[in-house]
Amino acid sequence: MARTEAAVRVGIGDREGLLGTLMLAPALVYIAALVGLPFCLAIALSLSSATIGNPGIHHFVGLANFASVLHESAFPLALRNSVIVTAATLIVTLVLATAESELLARDFRGKWFWQILIILPWAMPVSLAAVNWLWLLDSEFSPIDWILRQIHLLGPGTIWGPANHLYYYGREWLGLGSIVAINVWRLLPLATIIVLAGRTSIPRDIFEQAEVDGAGFFRVLFRITVPALLPILVVAAMFTALLVFGDMTVVAITTRGGPGYATQLLPYWAYLKGIEGGALSEGAAIALFMFPILLAVALLALRMVYRAESR
Amino acid sequence: MRLLRRIGFWLALGLFAIFSIFPAAWMVITSFKQDQDLYNVANNPFKYNLAPTLHNISFLFTGTHYPIFLWNSFYIGVIVVIITLLLSLPAAYSLSRLVGRWGERSGMAIFLVYLIPPTLLFIPLYQIVTFLKTANTDWSLVLVYPTITVPFCTWLLLGFFKSMPRELEEAALIDGCSRWQTFLRVALPLSLPGIATCVVFAFALSLSDYIYAAVFVSSTASRTVSAGVPTELIRGDIYYWQSLMAAAAIVAIPLAVAYGLLFDRLVKGFQNEPAGEKAG
Repeated sequence: MARTEAAVRVGIGDREGLLGTLMLAPALVYIAALVGLPFCLAIALSLSSATIGNPGIHHFVGLANFASVLHESAFPLALRNSVIVTAATLIVTLVLATAESELLARDFRGKWFWQILIILPWAMPVSLAAVNWLWLLDSEFSPIDWILRQIHLLGPGTIWGPANHLYYYGREWLGLGSIVAINVWRLLPLATIIVLAGRTSIPRDIFEQAEVDGAGFFRVLFRITVPALLPILVVAAMFTALLVFGDMTVVAITTRGGPGYATQLLPYWAYLKGIEGGALSEGAAIALFMFPILLAVALLALRMVYRAESR
Repeated sequence: MRLLRRIGFWLALGLFAIFSIFPAAWMVITSFKQDQDLYNVANNPFKYNLAPTLHNISFLFTGTHYPIFLWNSFYIGVIVVIITLLLSLPAAYSLSRLVGRWGERSGMAIFLVYLIPPTLLFIPLYQIVTFLKTANTDWSLVLVYPTITVPFCTWLLLGFFKSMPRELEEAALIDGCSRWQTFLRVALPLSLPGIATCVVFAFALSLSDYIYAAVFVSSTASRTVSAGVPTELIRGDIYYWQSLMAAAAIVAIPLAVAYGLLFDRLVKGFQNEPAGEKAG
């Protein structure tokens, strides 16, 4: 086999490298033009005084946009909320995805049907999922409020009363909690699929050996499954974190950042400032605040993967 | 003990399924409700206190732009899938076979590109789209969506190609095929499961984008389902709840069935990824 490989290397020779470059070029050029260039433009914009009415980037104002954004009362709230929502979604999603993948790793009757039910949230475009939840947690007609009233947890004279409604999107912590719930709901299928990919590549005989040795379900779970899943859990965590931290759709459709700025998130605030408010430069500055955080999370996650792999 | 385990298993599975479909079930129930039934707090929301009606769905198709949104989403999705495959298949193959050691190690670099979220790029992209005179048309979305799909699909396919045995391709090379022919006739057919996964993901990603669609396109006739439905059926303070829910259900349920049937394949698509690097 080594000889054939050597023959191929000599035979094709330089053309392989050329072909390789040619095949890679379209994707690279595209990414450079529509990810690399906009990224540089975002930095330039954030240092300029561009607005929607006057979008040219000629007049540079240094770090003035960052300074003015930092001094707004919305900034600490948006940053705090973005971090809290991402962290909470991440933890809940990973725990549930591990549990769900443990179930779906088995073979059982009618599995395809259950898979359809479980994947459904992910099949719904994010904005429609948010509309779905806007109605599910409606201030007046929420069926969850109705259930809570039926079991006497809500309404006059009950522990969550005396109001008849919880007003999910009108309160700070309930609003943030709702955003976390929506994100967990819509990302759990994807996280489960990723974790399941790791789960099904653990050799089966390990589990059989553990059973022979008389290890219980939870002992197997925490001693064998979870440690073996660690690298893939990091991948699932990166996907989830990215998709939550960078998302503005859920908050734009449900709480709209309110009441006040209590549930504001960085991406939606950037949108409000940059597009609705017309201050392109300040919007770009807010968006750029997300980048170092994303980079730090990604690098941390990569280090964990490599450490787990070299073990 | 065994019985207890079985009960625990089905109970847990049932709870996950309920969590998953409860909002969607409420969505479907709402779609067929009459106004007087829906907007009465005293009613049991889960049953039809008045006869169910198809009025809301016919309104969706005759009184709104929904059919146009569906069509826009569909054809934008198809074009984006084609562009994505044309760009990422050769790129992934090149990285895995042709450009040497650093190419094989570049999976994570590509993934980092995917980590730059649309919310960071949409303001400068809006300027680029305006500059190219494509603002307010579907072409702006066709142009921009591959920024989301290409890095992701290249990364997915890179893992797929790396896990494919090289022997078949080497045999083809020795039999006189050129590298390009080998790519087309041997590597591509072998990677069909990976390509299928990419098609599903690319379509899903382009369908579910909201931010670009909402920012770049403001004329109703060019909007996608994602951006069109919330703006068309929420008019100021008036929410057409039944039609909104029907609009979401009509998109979500067929897709859920399609994705559900592809479930195992999607799992396989992730199997050659970083965890696989450890194994290999």
